[in-house]
Amino acid sequence: MSKVPKRSAAQKPPAKSSDPAVIANRETRAHPWMANALDPIKRAMLAEIGAGSIEELFEQIPAGHRIARPLALPRQLASEWELRRHLVDTLARNQTCEDHLSFLGAGCWQHHVPAVVDEIVGRTEFLTPVWGSPQSDHGRNQAWFEFNSQLGELLEMDVVQLPVYSWGCAVGHAIRMASRITGRHQVLVPRLLDPERRSVIRTYCEPSEMASHIEVVDVAFDPTTGGIDLKELGAKLSNLTAAVYFESPSFVGLIEAQGATIAKMATKAGAEVVVGADPLSLGVLKPPASYGADIVVGPTQPLGVHMNAGGGIGGYIAVRDDEKYVRQMNGFLVSITGTLKPGQFGFSLASSHQTSYGMREKGRDWTGNSVYLWAIAGAVYMSLLGPAGFRELGELIVSRNAYAVQRLGQIKGLRLPFASGIFKEFVVDFGATGKSVTAINEALRRKHRIFGGFDLSRDFPELGQSALYCVTEIHGKGEIDRLVDALVEVLS
Amino acid sequence: MSVGKLRDYHAPVWDESVVMQLGYPGRRGQIFPQPEPEVVAAIGRARDLVPEAMRRASPPALPELTEPEVQRHYLKLSQQTLGMINISLFGTCTMKYNARVSEDIARRLHDVHPLQHEDTLQGILGIVHGFDLILRELSGMDQFVFQPGGGADAAYTHCVVTRAYHKSRGELAQRNEIVTSIQAHPCNAATAAAAGFKVVTLMLEDNGYPSIDALKAAVSNRTAALLINNPDDMGLYNPDIKDWIRIVHEAGGVAFYDHANFNGVMGKLRARELGFDACMYMLHKSFGAPKGGGGPAVGAYGCTAALAPFLPGPVVAFDGERYRLDADRPHSAGKVREFWGNIPQVLKAYAWARAMGAEGINEASDLSVLANNYMDKRLAGISGLERSHPGIGVRRMEMTRWSLGKLKADTGIGTVEVANRMADFGIDPFWMSHEPWVVPEPFTPEAGEMYSKEDLDTWVDVIAQISKEAYETPDLVRTAPHNQAIRQIKGDVLDDPKRWAMTWRAYQRKHGR
Repeated sequence: MSKVPKRSAAQKPPAKSSDPAVIANRETRAHPWMANALDPIKRAMLAEIGAGSIEELFEQIPAGHRIARPLALPRQLASEWELRRHLVDTLARNQTCEDHLSFLGAGCWQHHVPAVVDEIVGRTEFLTPVWGSPQSDHGRNQAWFEFNSQLGELLEMDVVQLPVYSWGCAVGHAIRMASRITGRHQVLVPRLLDPERRSVIRTYCEPSEMASHIEVVDVAFDPTTGGIDLKELGAKLSNLTAAVYFESPSFVGLIEAQGATIAKMATKAGAEVVVGADPLSLGVLKPPASYGADIVVGPTQPLGVHMNAGGGIGGYIAVRDDEKYVRQMNGFLVSITGTLKPGQFGFSLASSHQTSYGMREKGRDWTGNSVYLWAIAGAVYMSLLGPAGFRELGELIVSRNAYAVQRLGQIKGLRLPFASGIFKEFVVDFGATGKSVTAINEALRRKHRIFGGFDLSRDFPELGQSALYCVTEIHGKGEIDRLVDALVEVLS
Repeated sequence: MSVGKLRDYHAPVWDESVVMQLGYPGRRGQIFPQPEPEVVAAIGRARDLVPEAMRRASPPALPELTEPEVQRHYLKLSQQTLGMINISLFGTCTMKYNARVSEDIARRLHDVHPLQHEDTLQGILGIVHGFDLILRELSGMDQFVFQPGGGADAAYTHCVVTRAYHKSRGELAQRNEIVTSIQAHPCNAATAAAAGFKVVTLMLEDNGYPSIDALKAAVSNRTAALLINNPDDMGLYNPDIKDWIRIVHEAGGVAFYDHANFNGVMGKLRARELGFDACMYMLHKSFGAPKGGGGPAVGAYGCTAALAPFLPGPVVAFDGERYRLDADRPHSAGKVREFWGNIPQVLKAYAWARAMGAEGINEASDLSVLANNYMDKRLAGISGLERSHPGIGVRRMEMTRWSLGKLKADTGIGTVEVANRMADFGIDPFWMSHEPWVVPEPFTPEAGEMYSKEDLDTWVDVIAQISKEAYETPDLVRTAPHNQAIRQIKGDVLDDPKRWAMTWRAYQRKHGR
């Protein structure tokens, strides 16, 4: 055994294996996740400290602060098998979009996640680190830079920060940036806005009692197209408007054909143009910067992240490389730089003093842990697709949606009000069938193992009994036909 | 102090290009199905379906790589990331084992949509509710939500709930101040400001925390809330905390416990029993979910029944037979993030709590405080190191703020240089301190319950070795790291708008490559 390297004293076992204390330890059930949960080790450490008991170490906490009654928690499941069995049995009560055919979207979408993405984000090196340094975690920082760089190419924007918690949070930060830049306190948003995003935006814009409150004003939609009503936009734009926010594709899936006009009108009024865009659409759609966007935001979940019951979401924020915008960014910006070795790249945080870490309450909103592992997923995903993949995927999604719209439109009683020029979602109005979305979705689920579209009737009473259907690359002709057949039966 | 034999370590050096430099025109990493012939016959060409004014003119300049090329590139990058392969005692972040069984099980949530009907979510809603009950038992609170996407977002959630609470009483316009301490995490002050409040920051006295008199002077009928941690990042527990909360309550404010530093007190005290109205736990820290280099994370936010009507919805509710997502909450402050949280992380935290049980959780807080005091004892013997507030002799909790001020004065080597050098031994650079640095050249180790005594000894040995080098061969430390994937980065670019480059396209434009 001469090849075994010499270990330091600290790494030696506490005693010979024949020591009775060692043998006794082997009969314990020390928890597999705690290395020092052994009496001889505790005694050795207490001896070094010079304390008689662990209890002595809690001397700072007054007796009256200690727990009033012992913890009553469910039984410990220290064996991996028992824990696994319990979790598997419990989760077996779920049904999923894998064992059902799902048309749910509305802020979280079912796309294909390449297996390589799952392998890379599951690597312990990427899964577990906390922060490190630009040198110790160089690979992670490079992957972050590659996420920002690739998204920057899709968006044709030079500055992309690490993602925030969600699309809604990205819109919220962008509106607050616009308010700081313009000194104005009003934002115009589309009436047809995702209710989840709307709620987050309202939170970020603060109640009217707060001095920094930003008023959220709806702009009506054109009832024939579903796009922004330009007349109402013109009437509501003023020198109070900090930003105009719109999306393309919009919440109802519409590719906003008037993007350039909206941007021009907003800019003329002195407002910032904030545009939301699904990055998966950018293989076929113009990047918003090309039609006048100042700040572009959107979801990161479509870029190779599973839905995860909503735990896959994230939001991006991108701007031009202009200090007017860059100095207002709330999140972490990762810049490429050099090292002491000529020609070598490193990656680290740029303009970081402006964050809440640098300036506390004077920083730009706040930042912290967010969804940075999903930036790595996105980097891998974009590298896998490349320009041809994004074009092919975008065209596939567009054609499948057009096919779904055509087939559903042939069902008696269904109306698809805004379905001309859509990307991956569209509204289906069931009003003329005399059935509610709730009843239809219930029948689809129970009889056909289909999750119908998101019910719009609660948040958009003006749309009546309508649902938002989502069709992506995972919905082939067979799946769409299956939906059509099921709906025909449910509505008959 | 003698130094044990240290590992002869070197990180992998792949000298890997930026992905934007790789590839060959026409290579593909993924291809997608072609639209079926019947689909094409029915709807024509896809590009004709996009309004002409909105069609992309030129393809994005993305790399063109095969699937294995992408895989190998990112495997190399992963190898150039230290992760938790060796020893990371990153203070304030409570590094723990992230159980692989939980990672494995969490895959079962991949294809779950948050807007599915409740009948199809009974398994995961049961887990979320079960974990809510566990946190209630640990804290004494009445209801938890998991929507906040991190610890800072939980602090923000508290500010948002505070707004709705005071609004319901007609006092929001008047109560526009939030009180916190200079030792509280910067996110407390920052989120209070982002929620529209003025921030009142209390400074520290000689005993390590602000005085009761300072607090009394700060609170008034304008006080909306107190946001505070305890123990703080120096490992000091404020024994007057019950009086603090009483004073805030008497002024009409609500008290929020930032329980980021939970590891040393879990199972030892309950937030509610101290008087707090609300608290938050970081599931990616104290509860064994992985950090992912900064999320997906969860700041689990819990509060009393009095504040619960104002929580962001939906809240997972249980009627004895069935779980449901209760979104019908007319007094809710509104959402802080879409849907109901980073649910896989909640599942992993639940798994951690079940695997530990009450006895394991108690043992973990014992061991984390034992480990920190053991390290304190050993670190105190190293030249150039001094504990924060050296006049305070009490035993610290689960972490201690140290200062390298003396080392810097003696040798010119400060905390940044020491952190860089640590990586040469395969040890994760330590956490220094949040801003502002209340002690010079700070660092903050936190051992937690996972690492062995041997690991802790190694970590201390590395600090001892670097201290020795600082006195004997300071240039070795100043130019560190030497055994890492790359050499020390140049920082001057990072604050220069003419040279910084946050994307490859900006780099090409500015540096002409």
